[in-house]
Amino acid sequence: MSNVLIVVEAQPDGSLRKATLNALTAGAQIAAKTGGELHAVVLAKDAGPLANVVKEYGVKVVHAGSGAHLAQFTADAVAPAVAELAVAIKASYVGVAATQAGRDVMPRIAARLKAAMASEILSVVGSSAADLQFTRPMWAGAVIATVKLSTPIVCFSARTTEFPQAQKAGSGEVRAFTPAAPAKALQKVVSFKEVKSARPALTEARVVVSGGRGTKGDFKPIEGLADELGAAVGASRAVCDAGWQPNDLQVGQTGKVVAPQLYIAAGISGAIQHIAGMKGSKTIVAINKDGEAPIFQVADYGLVGDLFKALPELQAAVKAAK
Amino acid sequence: MPIKILVTAKRVEDYESKIKVNAQGTGIVQEGLKYKINPFDEIGVEEALRLVAKHGGGEVVVVSIGTKDVHEQLRHALAMGATKAIWVNHTGPLDQMTVAGCLQKLIEKEKPHLAILGKQSIDDDQNQVGQYLAEWLGWSQATFASKEESLESEAEKTKQPALKLAADLSTITVVREVDGGLETVECTMPCVVTTDLRLNQPRYASLPGIMKAKSKPIEEHTPASLGVDGASKIAVTKMELPPARKAGIKVPDVAALVDKLKTEAKAL
Ligand SMILES: Cc1cc2nc3c(=O)[nH]c(=O)nc-3n(C[C@@H](O)[C@H](O)[C@H](O)COP(=O)(O)OP(=O)(O)OC[C@H]3O[C@@H](n4cnc5c(N)ncnc54)[C@H](O)[C@@H]3O)c2cc1C
Ligand SMILES: Cc1cc2nc3c(=O)[nH]c(=O)nc-3n(C[C@H](O)[C@H](O)[C@H](O)COP(=O)(O)OP(=O)(O)OC[C@H]3O[C@@H](n4cnc5c(N)ncnc54)[C@H](O)[C@@H]3O)c2cc1C
Repeated sequence: MSNVLIVVEAQPDGSLRKATLNALTAGAQIAAKTGGELHAVVLAKDAGPLANVVKEYGVKVVHAGSGAHLAQFTADAVAPAVAELAVAIKASYVGVAATQAGRDVMPRIAARLKAAMASEILSVVGSSAADLQFTRPMWAGAVIATVKLSTPIVCFSARTTEFPQAQKAGSGEVRAFTPAAPAKALQKVVSFKEVKSARPALTEARVVVSGGRGTKGDFKPIEGLADELGAAVGASRAVCDAGWQPNDLQVGQTGKVVAPQLYIAAGISGAIQHIAGMKGSKTIVAINKDGEAPIFQVADYGLVGDLFKALPELQAAVKAAK
Repeated sequence: MPIKILVTAKRVEDYESKIKVNAQGTGIVQEGLKYKINPFDEIGVEEALRLVAKHGGGEVVVVSIGTKDVHEQLRHALAMGATKAIWVNHTGPLDQMTVAGCLQKLIEKEKPHLAILGKQSIDDDQNQVGQYLAEWLGWSQATFASKEESLESEAEKTKQPALKLAADLSTITVVREVDGGLETVECTMPCVVTTDLRLNQPRYASLPGIMKAKSKPIEEHTPASLGVDGASKIAVTKMELPPARKAGIKVPDVAALVDKLKTEAKAL
């Protein structure tokens, strides 16, 4: 039997982080191919309430691990708790959504299990445990590799844009357990400087308007259009490096991966590292004053022009159409 | 108090290289590629040098695993100012567990206070080695290290380290790039830190630095001599190009764009 265990991530307020639902779909696909059961684990000071939410999403068992040492989702506390559970329930696959928290904790869990890991998986291929493989991007997505991992337990992180969110499907069982606290905490979170925004979260928005170095740091036209469209704001690395926008808004190979219905890139040249984070978008619009900019190669609709003129015009047109 | 820090210098394709899959789908086309130190590792070397300067001296030991070609990346780190270079001689595939295992053994020998790695290699983008290493050593981990000040700030211009070590080296305070903002963590030492893009802007090596680096000895090991199983647990069975997006069009003006978005893409 090849059971699958998905690690659940909570939002800062304790509610479910939506990305977990994408990871549950990846887990369900593996379980269907290998004939195993889909389990999930919630770790928190009091894991009960969130476990009761997660059990609705087609999971056989949700393990609710509670303890004061789990109040913060730190890798040194989470890794032993998940690893012990994985062994106890005979999990062959342990996965998480490829969020920053997931990327932080899963390799430490894998290390504890002496398991190999595939990061940012895009799909699950094969039809049984014997021939199960994953596809994953390499070189900023210039290459898609198919990989086979040969350790008894296999770990993965799932790219949220590639797996739909799990839907409600019956009610699973919640099993409480008490993970042992490590002798000594190795790390503690002392503060969190939140990027406060009334706009939708970048990775969950239906529309994203992103600005690059071409804005010269003036994001007013970007934000104006974003607000007219109810969109999230994104940025290129150049913008974040200059401190014009928070790092949290960087889209790309080494930032956020997004796949909205509509992605509008203004004043962004289209380096492969940026494209790696947005080329899964349904419709891409590029506005750039250089007609040769590589961004036009991935754009469905390209407008050669000055963003300081085009964006306000677009904003007015969207407003007029309402 | 003088400090000793272990850093890495993985050899990767230059980020501006055009990567193409070979006809057999077994690897990439090697012709015309340029190689560099992994950009995140270069940030790690820079941070280590700044910490050593701030804490009244110490050592920066740089490690690279691969064929003899990695000497180029080791010498790059030496030219920046690293004090000692270690080469783990290995040809062929290498998985994260082998890399982390070699680094673990070297850390047990070298006994640094701190290890600074890159958050990910820009070739296979795994983002794993630092976390494996921390677990196997039983050390704390601070991934995605960054700072609140921008790369244009005064703190950056004066080359201040962003990682904050307690004077008695008992703890390290790290600002991390997490979803939704910046998180500050306090970790017990020893610690494995992995670098994010905004930690610092690496220095250029000076000419005397480059000259000096040429004659510095490089210590050699192999996974076997370190007692690490070099057999890969991950097989890449196929490489292919990502699905291409269908070619788009240029629109003459905003009115035409709005029309296309409404009627064709139905995105508005
Ligand atoms: C064309 C190609 C084919 C491959 N085929 C295989 C294969 O068949 N089997 C297989 O197991 N692996 C294969 N790999 C992956 C392997 O070479 C990786 O380098 C290895 O798995 C380490 O993981 P990573 O670099 O992704 O680590 P990451 O976790 O992304 O790297 C993070 C950090 O770890 C450190 N680090 C990683 N590697 C080194 C190193 N060599 N020296 C010093 N520090 C290092 C650096 O600090 C780096 O910033 C292949 C890679 C490529 C590019
Ligand atoms: C290790 C590594 C990781 C990286 N990760 C990422 C990543 O995750 N995400 C990312 O984005 N980048 C990443 N990069 C950086 C990437 O290589 C590019 O440098 C970056 O994306 C460029 O940002 P840009 O397009 O805003 O700036 P530029 O390349 O400078 O482009 C600016 C564009 O604006 C246009 N422009 C100027 N003025 C106007 C105007 N008035 N109206 C319209 N257009 C105008 C110009 O024609 C130009 O095309 C990474 C690089 C490295 C080395």
